[in-house]
Amino acid sequence: MKEVMKYVDEFRDPVMAHSLITKIGELRDKLALNKGKPLQLMEFCGGHTHTIFRFGIEPLLPDWIELIHGPGCPVCVLPMGRVDDCVALAERPDVIFTTFGDAMRVPGSRKSLLQAKADGADIRMVYSPLDALELARNNPDRQVIFFALGFETTMPSTALTVLSAQSRGIENFSLFCNHITTVPTIKAILDSPDMQIDGFLAPGHVAMVVGEQPFEFIADIYHKPIVVTGFEPLDILQSIWMVLQQLADKRTEVENQYKRIVPKQGNPPGLDAITQVFELRDYFEWRGLGSIDHSGVKMKSEFDAFDAEKKFSVPNLKIADPKSCQCGEVLKGVIRPWECKVFGKACTPESPMGALMVSTEGACAAYYNFGNLSELLARRNRQEALA
Amino acid sequence: MSPTASGKARRQLNAQVITLAHGSGGKAMRDLIEDVFVGGFDNEHLAPLEDQARFELSALATYGNRLAMTTDSYVVDPLFFPGGDIGKLAITGTVNDLAVGGARALYLSCAMIIEEGFAVDKLRRIVASMKRAADEAGVCVVTGDTKVVTRGAADKLFINTTGVGVIPAGIELLSHQAQPGDVVLINGHVGDHGAAIVDARGELSMESTIETDCQLLNDLISCMLDTCPGIHCMRDATRGGIATVLNEFALASDVGIYLDESALPVRKAVRGMCEILGLDPLYLANEGKLIALVPQEFAEPVLQTMLAHPAGTDAAVIGKVTSSPAGRVVLETGFGGERIVDMLVGEQLPRIC
Repeated sequence: MKEVMKYVDEFRDPVMAHSLITKIGELRDKLALNKGKPLQLMEFCGGHTHTIFRFGIEPLLPDWIELIHGPGCPVCVLPMGRVDDCVALAERPDVIFTTFGDAMRVPGSRKSLLQAKADGADIRMVYSPLDALELARNNPDRQVIFFALGFETTMPSTALTVLSAQSRGIENFSLFCNHITTVPTIKAILDSPDMQIDGFLAPGHVAMVVGEQPFEFIADIYHKPIVVTGFEPLDILQSIWMVLQQLADKRTEVENQYKRIVPKQGNPPGLDAITQVFELRDYFEWRGLGSIDHSGVKMKSEFDAFDAEKKFSVPNLKIADPKSCQCGEVLKGVIRPWECKVFGKACTPESPMGALMVSTEGACAAYYNFGNLSELLARRNRQEALA
Repeated sequence: MSPTASGKARRQLNAQVITLAHGSGGKAMRDLIEDVFVGGFDNEHLAPLEDQARFELSALATYGNRLAMTTDSYVVDPLFFPGGDIGKLAITGTVNDLAVGGARALYLSCAMIIEEGFAVDKLRRIVASMKRAADEAGVCVVTGDTKVVTRGAADKLFINTTGVGVIPAGIELLSHQAQPGDVVLINGHVGDHGAAIVDARGELSMESTIETDCQLLNDLISCMLDTCPGIHCMRDATRGGIATVLNEFALASDVGIYLDESALPVRKAVRGMCEILGLDPLYLANEGKLIALVPQEFAEPVLQTMLAHPAGTDAAVIGKVTSSPAGRVVLETGFGGERIVDMLVGEQLPRIC
């Protein structure tokens, strides 16, 4: 009865999964397991986190492997102050504010975009920045702002949209730029004194744009294995095996598991568009991680006419994360999501306090929604017994 | 032109669009009601145009020993979509809500809130679609109400229908009756309606057209109850999808429900859309799908009954009821893992029904 979907089901084959899990298990004897501490592997990207939970991968892995779910969910790490800026822009009577749907629920200090919409702001969900540009063309008497969000993966499409707006003279279109960069953020995690991570799964979609080279410092300078990873469950299992194989061989290098999508040099035309439109900010604020140098981009000054931060006055206030929030420690693998004091109590997907509970790609929301807590606690006990 | 109860010729509506006058209580409203609604729904209960419909209690009692009543409002956008429209939805949705309680649906009300400027020919199409669905279900629209609001006060057309039915003696479908060992049955593909509405909004320019699954379930249910009058639980999985219904059963009955992902019928086009948009078919709306929890010994005969019925040709066993984890729904992924399927937080897609 079940129809097979080409290019998807091949990467979800349970028989293949079983053999990969066996191969992963066989590496145990070749690895120098430290004081019984489980090996900690971080998947940086929220897309990976989502796959891990959606397919129930974690319980299939041996107890001596622990997955740390990184900060690679742009919706999660958006600081409250930026959400407040979005609301302020959206509440202007002359503005149609456009956004991807998953940013609607992120709490600001006063309200989320969803609440602002209910209060009368003209906020519309779009699937692509080009939809926002089209909206601008069709509403010449309104100002259409696109809320640009995401890592390098989504930068080329927003950059090309700005270039298109410029060449077509669509002057009522602008960008509220909140793009963030991957490498400085991984570096900040690696520089953190309580960092314990043994290896990384690199974000495949980011690598599709930037290529392999930007990740080389992780292997060369920090001596951690890293594998560019795809988003299907077999991709994840194969990459875990590849990271462990590097550890077993005492190699540290950038390997590419996602060769079917990611060329070594990335996407040069996409990178050209990015460098044409954007430049690094001195620093950018992250929910849960604080301020990180060079971790965001802004529009270059020749695009001021399309930059919502220049075109309109934006409050740009810094709002501190709630004190009880332990997102930063979860992100670095120091504690597990359910060990946070407010997990599942003051902080739930319905009323998230911290970054990681905000979107389904956040580690805490994933545990809350998909996780079998009693099983997770039993697993933690087994891991502690190893120590 | 059929005559009214008083023997006079029925009034005609000549306007092209609905104006505030059609909701004013005056002549224009009388034209609208007599021509479009009384003419369209065409039955003896509606024709006298009293302020209420009236039924003989003794006639109702021949169907069973309990009245069932339900209400639902329909605000779907767009009004017309592949495989259905708001009118068909407004009849099937309410009839199905009665039927999953084991009730035989008999009478419906229909209240319409119309935005001024709405095209009369569209309204006629919608009423004709309601009439077709009502005839197929064996129900009559016996009373109604019409309001016209200024432009912008409502979006095009909203419909409310309330249904009354009778439950035969001996039928007890209740959500707290699930027992460990019960088998979970569904009558076909999951998520078609939600996907059809996303598709019909035209925001995605998909290659293929997905049709809604909007269909009546009353006859299918009646056949299932003939095969097994002791079915424990039954609900139609509309907003919130099958995940929501299964969670309701698990919580009300304090049992666990295990779903087998590889047994779940999902159309290729619906899966494709879900993959692209990050939606989960378990949470997508349906408008012609029911979930039944059936005692194990009756699972096979009930499944065969469903497969033999036009509304159940793709029926399948998709899971089982267990004693633990109580109050939880667990999906055994096709990949060999497990995950909890919780209630939906927030809104996956607005205005789907």
